[in-house]
Order: sequence, then structure tokens, then C-alpha cells
Amino acid sequence: MPIIVKNLTHIYMPGTPFESVALQDVNWTVEDGEFWGLIGHTGSGKSTLIQHLNGLLKPTSGEVIIDGVNINERGVNLKEIRQKVGLVFQFPEHQLFEETVEKDVAFGPRNMDLPEEEVNRRVKEALELVGLNYNEIKDRSPFELSGGQMRRVAIAGVLAMKPKVLILDEPTVGLDPKGRDEILREIVKLREEQNITVILVSHSMEDIAKLVDKIAVMHKGRIVDSGTPKEIFKNYQGLISIGLDIPQITHLMLRLKQKGKDVATDVLSVDEAEAEILKVVRGKGRA
Amino acid sequence: MREITIGQYIPGNSAIHRLDPRTKILITFAFMILLFVIDDFTGYVFPVAFIIAASILSGISVRYMVRGLRPLLVIILLTFILNLFLIKGRVIYEIGPLSITYEGLYQGTFMVLRLVLLIVGTSLLTLTTSPITLTDGIESLLKPFSKIGVPAHELAMMMTIALRFIPTLMEETDKIMKAQMARGADFSSGNIIKRAKSVVPILVPLFISAFRRADELAMAMESRCYRGGENRTRMKKLQMTWEDLAAFIATGVLAAGCLASRFLW
Ligand SMILES: Nc1ncnc2c1ncn2[C@@H]1O[C@H](COP(=O)(O)OP(=O)(O)O)[C@@H](O)[C@H]1O
Ligand SMILES: [Mg+2]
Repeated sequence: MPIIVKNLTHIYMPGTPFESVALQDVNWTVEDGEFWGLIGHTGSGKSTLIQHLNGLLKPTSGEVIIDGVNINERGVNLKEIRQKVGLVFQFPEHQLFEETVEKDVAFGPRNMDLPEEEVNRRVKEALELVGLNYNEIKDRSPFELSGGQMRRVAIAGVLAMKPKVLILDEPTVGLDPKGRDEILREIVKLREEQNITVILVSHSMEDIAKLVDKIAVMHKGRIVDSGTPKEIFKNYQGLISIGLDIPQITHLMLRLKQKGKDVATDVLSVDEAEAEILKVVRGKGRA
Repeated sequence: MREITIGQYIPGNSAIHRLDPRTKILITFAFMILLFVIDDFTGYVFPVAFIIAASILSGISVRYMVRGLRPLLVIILLTFILNLFLIKGRVIYEIGPLSITYEGLYQGTFMVLRLVLLIVGTSLLTLTTSPITLTDGIESLLKPFSKIGVPAHELAMMMTIALRFIPTLMEETDKIMKAQMARGADFSSGNIIKRAKSVVPILVPLFISAFRRADELAMAMESRCYRGGENRTRMKKLQMTWEDLAAFIATGVLAAGCLASRFLW
């Protein structure tokens, strides 16, 4: 189910003094099974862009084509699109409303008019996918959970609809480092197990660089760069100039390089860096 | 949701924006009263000229102000239609048992014009005055009444906070609605019961968030030692200038015109 965004422009409140151009001529293709990171400074248009991918926002001009269908054409069943393209909003825990966790997660599947056994099965599965114990948590009120748990319940609420594409808007914002790592680990696991397309929105390279296959960089309503993390980091000066940062470990390698050490600089994780440094150190030792 | 523009402040630094809020509040009141003094169409020349002058000075187009009428279109139409059919007089046209009269047409148009001017006039106040300045003005105008027990400061503070949170809550509503729609919620179809039920997933999170915000705000105010209006000094003192004087003179001209149109012509 590839998603193609063509010449997408979005203007908020056109024709008023509050008019603001949030997206400008965006072109982007997301193929099946890809794991994308969508990155950009606050206000660069990330949230606006992803809300077009399931028809919550209508383009001012341009097209969003999912599975070959322009989703803004008349007669397209948006409910079906929204089931296939699952969108987890920023601070998703703010949308919880039911008395129990089980009922809240069931909200999505119930809206799809599924039979009751299927709903129950999906709720159970979704809660376990986000690392929660179904039996322990199902009858608790979502409002008495910890922040991290609430967020998982909210993510489960979207997963229970079995989307083919999962979009998460800044899923780690406001969590402590432990909660952040756990959520990210679960997203990676989820993607491997369910074999779905994932788009992870973030303003922090540190979070996503080592996870995703591809990165799209947004700046002032445009996608200014896209490619594999290593390709993106080649232009690290460009990234820094638009207020983004490269991961600490990549910084370290760049510094080493500046000091005249012969290390590769397209390194994303500590493990890779360790191997690279050891290689250079040992290489020297032998010489 | 955020398309509603009536009563929204448009930041600026025009002569109208710079006026003392007390001046603007008093003039708006005078304007409203004068609209009711006028008793025939020729009298409308004065308030219309007044609005156009204010619009030019403020840099906010009349067209934009009229757009703000859209949410009130139903009320305006209703006023017109009721007048049109209910007033007895010389019949122009008959539709079944209903008849349109010359007097009805005249009165309907007259009332609609009054309503439109009333709304446009008051929205000019809120369009050019930030909520904070507006409540400062109200507080200052209510001050003399605090001797007889009107809690001027508290009223103004409540208004400031309420006004401050309207856009926030609208934004929040918009976000929650979208989040539930992403989970397949449908707010636009089904019968009344189904629709009433469908607001629960919006209202519950909205209330929770409103209470959370209120809590946080109270805490933040307390940690900055807020304890009501007594002995409170202000950073910006309201100050009338020659521009305010000019505005009062213009309003005097408007009043003279309206009164003349009623009693002399
Ligand atoms: N509902 C809205 N109404 C008007 N302007 C908006 C709205 N949502 C976002 N914007 C504006 O659009 C721009 C992009 O915002 P957004 O897509 O939220 O960026 P990001 O998610 O990258 O922080 C910002 O300038 C923001 O102020
Ligand atoms: Mg955002």
C-alpha cells in the first residue's frame, strides 16, 4: 500500500490575517514495509503533513495517493483509509476517555463494526504488542496509570485497528529516558513482527537515526532532504543550519576525523563507533 | 473550528489599536446606544461612515469584519423574515396565508442593518484590542463601583483567564476530534442518539484537559504569590492621549449626526 504525496501545499486559514503556509509543494513516496523517520524543527510542518496521509486535513492543492487512489476524491471511504493508515497523535494519552483500558482500546475496532469476539481478540493482542499485561490492566481506569502506560494504551488503541501503515507523531515526547527507550524498542519489535510500514515523526535525530531505514528532513514546510540516515548525515552542516542535530556519536567521529584520525564518519550507533575506533587503534598498533 | 474569526484579536499598531481600551469600550457603548436613536435610513449614513473611517484607520478591511457575521447569519435572516411577514400594512406579495408588506420589507431591512452595524461595531472593539488590554480597561472602568461591593479586579481576572483559554480549548477540541476520527469515530452521521453519544469521546478528554490546565494555572499563579487585587500595582498604566481625545470628538460628531437625523429632519 504505497503512499504518494504529490505537490502538496497546505495553507491554514487562507484569506484571513492569520493565514499561514504550513506545507509547500511537498513530494514524498513511502513504499510498502519501509521504516521512515520524518524529522524537522518544531513548526516545520511534520504534524500537518501526516494528517494529510489519512484524510484528516484536505490539501489546499496537490494530491495524496494511497494504493493508487486519490483519497480526497469524492466517494472515497475515509473511515476505511483511517483504518489502514493508523495515526497516533502527539500526546495520545490525552484522547483516552473510557472507564476501562479494555473499552478504550476497543473504541477503534468497535467503530469498524467488527464482531464482538474479534474486537476482544484485537484488544488483547494490541495491549500485548505494546508490552502491557492484558489480564492485569484490562479493567483498570486509564486515568490511574503512569504516563508511560497511558501512552502505550493509547498506541494500542490505534494498533487494535490493524493498520497497514502506522504513523506516530513524536511518540517519545515528555517521557523519561527509560520510557523513551522502551517505546522505541517496542515500535521496532512491532514493525518486525507485524511487517507494517512505519513513519516515526521526531525532532530529535538521536532518537531515530539508528532505527529507521530512511529519513525525510522537513524545514519551513518543505521536504529539503531525504535518504538513508548515512546519506542524510553527509550534509551535517546543512542539518545544523536548520536547527537539527546529528547524533552525539556521529559528532564524536567527526571530531576524531578533524583531529586527523582516519575513522569513518557515517556512524550511527555506539557499537558501530566502538568497532570503527578499535579498528583504527589496532591498525595503528600493528603498523 | 479555528475558522471562527468573530471577536478574535488581530495584532497591530494602528491608531485604533493604540487607543486606550477605556476609550474604545465607552465609544462602543455610545455607538450601540446611538444605533437605537436612529429611526430612518438616512440616519445610518453616520454610523456607516464611522465604521468605514475606523476600518481604514485600523487597517482591518470591512470585508473581513463582514466575514465575521457568517456564524450569525441565521439570526440575521430570522430577523429579516419575521419582520417581513409579521408586520401588517400595504401588501406587496402573497404566498398562501402569508403576505409580504411594504412596511415589513422596510422594517426588516432596517432591523438587519441595525443588527449588522451592532455586530460589526462591537467586533471592531475586540478585533483591535487584545483580551488583556480589554480586561484592564473593564477593570479600570469598574473600579469606582468596588466601593459598593463590585469585585472589579476578580471579575477582570476571571475574564482575562476565560478569554485566554478560549483559543486553547478550541485548538484542543480540534485535536481531540481528529484523534478520535483517526480511530474511526464519526461525528456527522447517524440519528440524534448516536450523535449525542459520539460527543462523549470528545467531552471527557476535553474536561480532563481543562481541569488539568486550571490546576496548573492556579499553581503557577500561587507560586508567583498572587493573592487578589489588593495593593496590586501594574506595570502598564492606562494613559489617555490626544488620540483618545480625537476619538471622543469623532464620537461626538457621530452622536450629533444621529440625534439630528432623528429630531431635526
Ligand atoms: N490548526 C492550525 N491552524 C493554524 N495554523 C496551524 C495549525 N496547526 C499548525 N499550524 C501552523 O503550521 C505550521 C506547521 O505546524 P506543524 O505541522 O504543527 O509543525 P510540526 O509538527 O513540525 O511542529 C506552524 O507554523 C503552525 O503554527
Ligand atoms: Mg508536531
